[in-house]
Amino acid sequence: MSIKTEEMVLNMGPQHPSTHGVLRLELVLEGELIRDVIPHIGYLHRCFEKHAEVMTYPQVIPYTDRMDYLASMYNEFGYVVAVERLLEIEVPERVEYIRVIMGELQRIASHLVALGTYGADIGAFTPFLFCFRDREKILNLFEITCGARLLYNYMWVGGLSHDIHPDFVRLTKDFIKEFKPNLKELNDLLTFNQIFVDRTANVGILPPDTAINYGVTGPNLRASGVKWDLRRNDPYSVYHKFDFEIPIGKGEKGTVGDCWDRYYMRVLEMYESLKIIEQAIDNIPEGDVTSAIPKRIKPPEGQIYARVENPRGELGYFIISDGSVNPFRVKVRAPSFVNMEVFGELCKDHLVADVVAILGSIDIVLGEIDR
Amino acid sequence: MKTPEEIFDLLKNKFGEAIIELVSDKPAESFISVDPLQIDKICNSLRDEKEFAFNSLMNLSGVDDANGEKLKDENEHDIIKGGTLSVFYHLESTILKHKVTLKVSADRDNPEVASVEEIWRSADWHEREAFDMYGIKFLNHHNLIRILMPYDWEDSYPLRKDYQNPEFYQGMKVPY
Repeated sequence: MSIKTEEMVLNMGPQHPSTHGVLRLELVLEGELIRDVIPHIGYLHRCFEKHAEVMTYPQVIPYTDRMDYLASMYNEFGYVVAVERLLEIEVPERVEYIRVIMGELQRIASHLVALGTYGADIGAFTPFLFCFRDREKILNLFEITCGARLLYNYMWVGGLSHDIHPDFVRLTKDFIKEFKPNLKELNDLLTFNQIFVDRTANVGILPPDTAINYGVTGPNLRASGVKWDLRRNDPYSVYHKFDFEIPIGKGEKGTVGDCWDRYYMRVLEMYESLKIIEQAIDNIPEGDVTSAIPKRIKPPEGQIYARVENPRGELGYFIISDGSVNPFRVKVRAPSFVNMEVFGELCKDHLVADVVAILGSIDIVLGEIDR
Repeated sequence: MKTPEEIFDLLKNKFGEAIIELVSDKPAESFISVDPLQIDKICNSLRDEKEFAFNSLMNLSGVDDANGEKLKDENEHDIIKGGTLSVFYHLESTILKHKVTLKVSADRDNPEVASVEEIWRSADWHEREAFDMYGIKFLNHHNLIRILMPYDWEDSYPLRKDYQNPEFYQGMKVPY
């Protein structure tokens, strides 16, 4: 006697705790196996790009904060780099150093959320609290710098809204000293935990060719063994002055490009970010952070595509100027938006329970996907 | 590593008429303007030939050029008649470490552009977004449906410069 099987469609989301926002997935199942995944996005669509067309250039900055709300500093960073290139202005070195420090602190904060929630998604709740405890300290550093904890409006075209607080250097050094042992604690608790490794190693393997063809960037691409980091490959700001490694996936616990590798990339990147901060914090040049801010931002006609290495990958801003004070067109190449496309490919022929493990390892932010 | 000028010359030799011009006004980045219906063939060659090796599509972006005739409709709303809609392609080779930007322009009334989705999978969602926001039709795209707006949003495209909010969506008043 043969048993009849047929495909079943299972709906997941939009209000599902492990989708990190509002994402609906249509899973086509054959028994426990996933045959196809159809993501439905757009629940958080606020039409940032339309808003940007009626704002002046500096007025767009607070809106960029609200795209990837876990890495707001870096969104501003990308936008101001694009506008500064369009205006062809030089930024004082002090500003660049502070931007790099803020950007790397933001990267650590963002990765901590990614790792903490990843653990929580697949059943390890304690590391989540540990990660958020450490992230809190970074948010405190941002708070003494610009008064805001999540949405900063800190980096302005040509400068910064505030200079750093007199205590900032000391507090950042304290943070680094405290944070290093905590990272080891996280590794002991989660990274090399056998239960966690069993859940994530050899799951959702992303080969390098597929990754590049799908436009995957950031830690997800590096986990597949491709040494590609815009801080090195297309340098911006003052990253060329610092010495840091670009970690790549080696398949230590399973295969190159599996979920564990993607997770571990973020752990290694936090060590590298700490290295950059340590090099920068003692060498911040003297100077003024507002002197280069143009009185009136009116770029000449033209178009520019500038990109930075956001915690999630390549964040690109494509800006067209028609010579007026408003941008004619702002298109954001959001890393999560592009990384999400490969998700269906990764899930094929995996079990339903692995969907959550794979989704968490890609680390998406819906605010950025939907813009 | 090749400059946009070298890439333009090589493409011009190969595709002739389909490669329209190289625009390189400073400070803007230079781009190569090409025929919208042959963009797929051009991109195929850009990806596969060893001298180009553009294995990655960084970004694909629709643009409303707003270069048509600006008129008023019966309710005194601005509308644009004629002119073009454009698509920009930002390509990069992670092997040869060079970049190039392509641009295609299609008629606003019937914007048809060949799809590059088969060449770079990352174009799939980008093209759907450009369709969603500008109504640009990508020929031979396997699933050209709205992506960010609701699937049943009526035939209007929010990022066009003459976009008007509909009065009602599903019986709900839109401008509240």
